Amino acid sequence: MFYREAGDFKTSYASDNQTFPIRFDRLGYFTAMVVAFLVVPFLINDYWANAILLPFLIYAIAAIGLNILVGYCGQVSLGTGGFMAVGAYACYKLMTAMPEVNIFFHVLISGGITAFVCVLFGLPSLRIKGFYLAVATLAAQFFLVWLFNRVPWFYNYSASGQINAPERTLFGIEVTGPNTQAWATYLFCLVFLVGSAWIARNLTRGMTGRKWMAIRDMDIAAEIIGVNPLKAKISAFAVSGFFVGISGALFFSVYLGAVEVGEAFGINKSFLVLFMVIIGGLGSMFGSFAGAAFLVLLPVVLKVVGVDWLGMPTDLVAHLQLVIVGGLIVVFLILEPHGLAQLWRVAKEKLRLWPFPH
Amino acid sequence: MSTQESYVTEDGRTIGPTVMEMKNITLRFGGVKAITDISFDIREGEIRAIIGPNGAGKSSMLNVISGFYVPQEGEVWYKGKKRPPMKPYQVAEQGIARTFQNIALFEGMTVLDNVMTGRIRQMNAGLFSQAIWKGKAEQEEIENREFVEKIIDFLEIQHIRKTPVGRLPYGLKKRVELARALAAEPSILLLDEPMAGMNVEEKEDMSRFILDMNDEFGTTIALIEHDMGVVMDLSDRVVVMDYGKKIGDGTPDEVRSNQAVIDAYLGVSHD
Repeated sequence: MFYREAGDFKTSYASDNQTFPIRFDRLGYFTAMVVAFLVVPFLINDYWANAILLPFLIYAIAAIGLNILVGYCGQVSLGTGGFMAVGAYACYKLMTAMPEVNIFFHVLISGGITAFVCVLFGLPSLRIKGFYLAVATLAAQFFLVWLFNRVPWFYNYSASGQINAPERTLFGIEVTGPNTQAWATYLFCLVFLVGSAWIARNLTRGMTGRKWMAIRDMDIAAEIIGVNPLKAKISAFAVSGFFVGISGALFFSVYLGAVEVGEAFGINKSFLVLFMVIIGGLGSMFGSFAGAAFLVLLPVVLKVVGVDWLGMPTDLVAHLQLVIVGGLIVVFLILEPHGLAQLWRVAKEKLRLWPFPH
Repeated sequence: MSTQESYVTEDGRTIGPTVMEMKNITLRFGGVKAITDISFDIREGEIRAIIGPNGAGKSSMLNVISGFYVPQEGEVWYKGKKRPPMKPYQVAEQGIARTFQNIALFEGMTVLDNVMTGRIRQMNAGLFSQAIWKGKAEQEEIENREFVEKIIDFLEIQHIRKTPVGRLPYGLKKRVELARALAAEPSILLLDEPMAGMNVEEKEDMSRFILDMNDEFGTTIALIEHDMGVVMDLSDRVVVMDYGKKIGDGTPDEVRSNQAVIDAYLGVSHD
């Protein structure tokens, strides 16, 4: 009743091809954009930005990247943390080596560099599949973290082995460094997220996306139809790497400011982003957002409920959090293996009829 | 060879010169000979059937044509040129499309996306254009969508356009697979048992589609089929295989009266 597609007729293929073909969805999308760009920046404070919004925006970019690789192209990757580290260190090197170039371009170029590295580690995917590929990307994860730890050139020979983001501005407003405003960093990341989501959506609804999905669903048939498996897989690794690299660069420069590679980009990060993609929904753009939101919000909600409402000790809540998040993931995968995106689709189906039973 | 001359069939279709010729193909898997020294040709605009008992090597033959297997001996000539060993996707780029015995659709994609994937040869906008959905990519998407809609109309699958293929019943899946192959505008369309597992009504539909395809689009078709009634009614010429060897080749009537063919199908006493 509230969610209707009846009466929403298409008169051209262009209008049938749009991202949100249903008027209700389009309205929702425009509302969300208006709120995100025009309302949230005025309400935001440091706590909201650092605890929820920035991690959500940045992880959503990473989840979109990984979803392209795992959800659309069917190539399992456990190297996301390592690839985010490539983005972060590329961004650091660029910021210190070329301070005159704008930070915006640094982040983009970091994405490009990560895409290249990702392709290198993706080459074995032509020969190995499934679990074996997962292990190969796991090797990438450990190798890259080791590399950034052991080769001092990457952290400019600093004594601590850490990298620190210098202060950089965009249109005269600081977006990195210690004196940033919450709204500035928020908007900076939001622009990247919207851009990434838009590009990812365009690619996945077009021929490139069809090639990826063809490889995912049945690689032999795809090849016989004329999909070049080398090009399809490599392009998936490249595009995925680009987004993951951008998220790594933002994670370091805008969100954390200072990074020690093993801590910030360890194997845990790879799993976290993979969980986001699986819980959100493989092969769904909405799923990338939902998964990132779920895993960013859940610890915050649990902390608020446990510490502030129930008055439990902080360390107990921290431990409980691990148990609950883990348990929820298991329950979730059993009840809805296709993730939050599928839950959303089912809800929409129901809403079409509500409040009538048929 | 006299087959170079075009001729007109009884029902008024024009059969052109040879488009594909298999010359002395031998295919081995280790010690097993799947195909032994087989030669035959496929002419433009005709419906060519390959028949034979189970295990005769028909599907292997189709796999040789579509580049999935590379024969140890023999040559494949396509459009007057000898074809070097190729990857399957390169064969597809040359305009050879096929369907599979056990449906090989992309289950997670909608019917429309599946059929659009068949247009891969006609769509080559760059990654950047696709990423911003402007210029060539957008234009291509719409042009090819128009063509695909024609195919969808033709095969009468409009109502399931946006349904994920995984949810469809068997008969419709077969039809979607045919649509995907047809969307490629192939020079030669290979059909591997298009009627396997169908009831009479579905078989009639499928036969109608095959004949219409050949008639309207002039598509050259090579098909493998077990239903003899269908084969004899549809095809212009038939190749008969048994134990990897060719035992007959000719019009349905010639093949039907061929003693070797009768023996292969009905059996002979070994005494």
